[in-house]
Amino acid sequence: MSDIFNNKIGRRAVLAGGIAGASMLAMPSVLRAQDKSLKVGVYGGYFKDSFDKNIFADFTKATGIAVESVAEPTGEAWLVQLEQAAKAGAAPADVSMMSQVSMLKGQSTNLWTPLDLAKIPNSKNLIDRFVNKYPDGKVAGIGAVSWYITLVSNTDVIKEAPTSWAAMWEKDKEDKLGLLALVSNSFLLEVTAKTFMGGTNALDTEEGILKALEKLAELKPNVRLWYRDEAQFEQALKSGEIPMGQYYHDVTGLAAADGNPVRSTFPKEGGIQDSGCWALSRASKKTEEAHTFINYMCQPAIQATLSRKVGTAPTIKRDLLDLTAEEFAAVSSDIEPIIPRYDLYQTKSDFLNQKWTEMIAG
Amino acid sequence: MRREPPQRLGDYGPLFFPAGMLTLFFVVPFATMIAVSFFQREQGGFYTPAFVLDNYARFLSLFFGKVLGFSLFLAVAVAIACVVVGVPFTYLLARSARKMQIAWLVALLSILSLSEVMIGFAWSTLFSRTAGITNLFVWLGLMSQAQALTPSFGAVMTAMTYQAFPYTVLVLYPALVRLDPTLAEAARTLGASPVKAFFTVVVPALRNTILATLIMVFIFALGSYLLPQLLGRPQHWTLSVLITDQAIYQSNMPFAAAMAVFLVLVSLALVGLAVYAGQQKEAK
Repeated sequence: MSDIFNNKIGRRAVLAGGIAGASMLAMPSVLRAQDKSLKVGVYGGYFKDSFDKNIFADFTKATGIAVESVAEPTGEAWLVQLEQAAKAGAAPADVSMMSQVSMLKGQSTNLWTPLDLAKIPNSKNLIDRFVNKYPDGKVAGIGAVSWYITLVSNTDVIKEAPTSWAAMWEKDKEDKLGLLALVSNSFLLEVTAKTFMGGTNALDTEEGILKALEKLAELKPNVRLWYRDEAQFEQALKSGEIPMGQYYHDVTGLAAADGNPVRSTFPKEGGIQDSGCWALSRASKKTEEAHTFINYMCQPAIQATLSRKVGTAPTIKRDLLDLTAEEFAAVSSDIEPIIPRYDLYQTKSDFLNQKWTEMIAG
Repeated sequence: MRREPPQRLGDYGPLFFPAGMLTLFFVVPFATMIAVSFFQREQGGFYTPAFVLDNYARFLSLFFGKVLGFSLFLAVAVAIACVVVGVPFTYLLARSARKMQIAWLVALLSILSLSEVMIGFAWSTLFSRTAGITNLFVWLGLMSQAQALTPSFGAVMTAMTYQAFPYTVLVLYPALVRLDPTLAEAARTLGASPVKAFFTVVVPALRNTILATLIMVFIFALGSYLLPQLLGRPQHWTLSVLITDQAIYQSNMPFAAAMAVFLVLVSLALVGLAVYAGQQKEAK
């Protein structure tokens, strides 16, 4: 199951880039020729540019390791390329930022070199769930960045900020919602389970999933737009055409700061927190440099820089960060988040996709 | 100039290039797609070469049958709408002044330079409640309150017809320009009204052109993927939308390939049927 929307650039580039993104690969930009170097894959476009500008140059200064940043395509194309290259003993990038579902899929073929936490002392800063582990406990990846999908609304049309995801089900929201169109990027099953079924564990069984889908089907009359392209919803939200829905917290915050009548609310059940991991290809010979890099990225100061400059939510504990309350609120929240059930999108992907499509299009 | 049938292998030379291109850019990719459609999907992974029918079996369900049915219906509806609007339009265009013709053709050709994305977003704005044409109707006193016309089937149809219309005119135009004007004049002399002359003389004389136009627009509309998504509700999503979902978002290439093969086969069969029916009618 692909997770093209699992990263911010991915979802932005979908219409423009689509599959074509794959062809734009492998245009590494060498920052400085050094003896030691590391190829790092990050999502192409805004992400890569921000990392080049705000992170990689300082990293090279601090460690003497030159970074060649490689633009990753969206979706699972990068995972497929890493996998096929690794079979041939090549690594188009040593360390790559990977979506959670890609991490799990890569685990199934042992694509990721297990990381040695002793060489990443800063990993103790991480919130536990951002350490991605193989079933036997070896570390496959380390949380790089995360971001939130929250309940957003137009302040002109919806006067009172909603407090719960349950607001989407209310009768007066008929034909007023914009929701993500795919089971694997909307995470609405998790939202339903957390809001109405006591937690995402309710999705452990197929009966539980079907029950959640039944509850979701009640939403259908309220949904005006099931969107794949975020620009479509963002525009409609700003104009009040579609006054409520799920959207990205950081982008909504930026739109509100620009004076648009929109707000992003963390419902009491929590926002949906999605994230990307740093992972090392088994074909890479730069194990030492990779550990140095990942360790560098887990520093509180670097995570704070990411929040300020790139707009991502930190993957390390809040009390270690020097972010002001305002800076923190711009990218995150203290309310316990809804964590997507990535395991389901690996083990039950076809079942989920089939039932989901039947639910919304049937 | 006398034409001789090719004698030696060299005489076929001019054919090698197009044949090579056809093989390289059509036969090979299509054969690959057919091969992949039989591969084994590995959930939570990719796919492995095999020969299984699972992908086709999954497609043979009521749900996908309905989606396929809707896609075909939509393509046929767009083709008919284009021809119904296009034939009278092109007929009048072909009879208007040269300058007028050029202006119209340039305008129509410029539509072709618009991408599907732009067309989709433009229509979704025109059909919106906050900025759309219904505001104009309210101002004119035709409606009491602005309302959203999208997402709806009508919105999808309008945008797709708009997108396919230039092609329709471009295919019809040469035939209509060449159509002998004395045919219609003769009908008029014999007492037919202009409308009757149009339907009893012009349209039958253009039967093959119209059939060709219908088929071309049908195939063009069948591949539509973006407009149904931007302007329709989920029940208006075409099979192409689901194929894209499977290929890009689910990385389920075998299933996407199987659906695509199915779509190609069904559309080929329909086109074959239409051509056959056309020939039968001509034979009578």
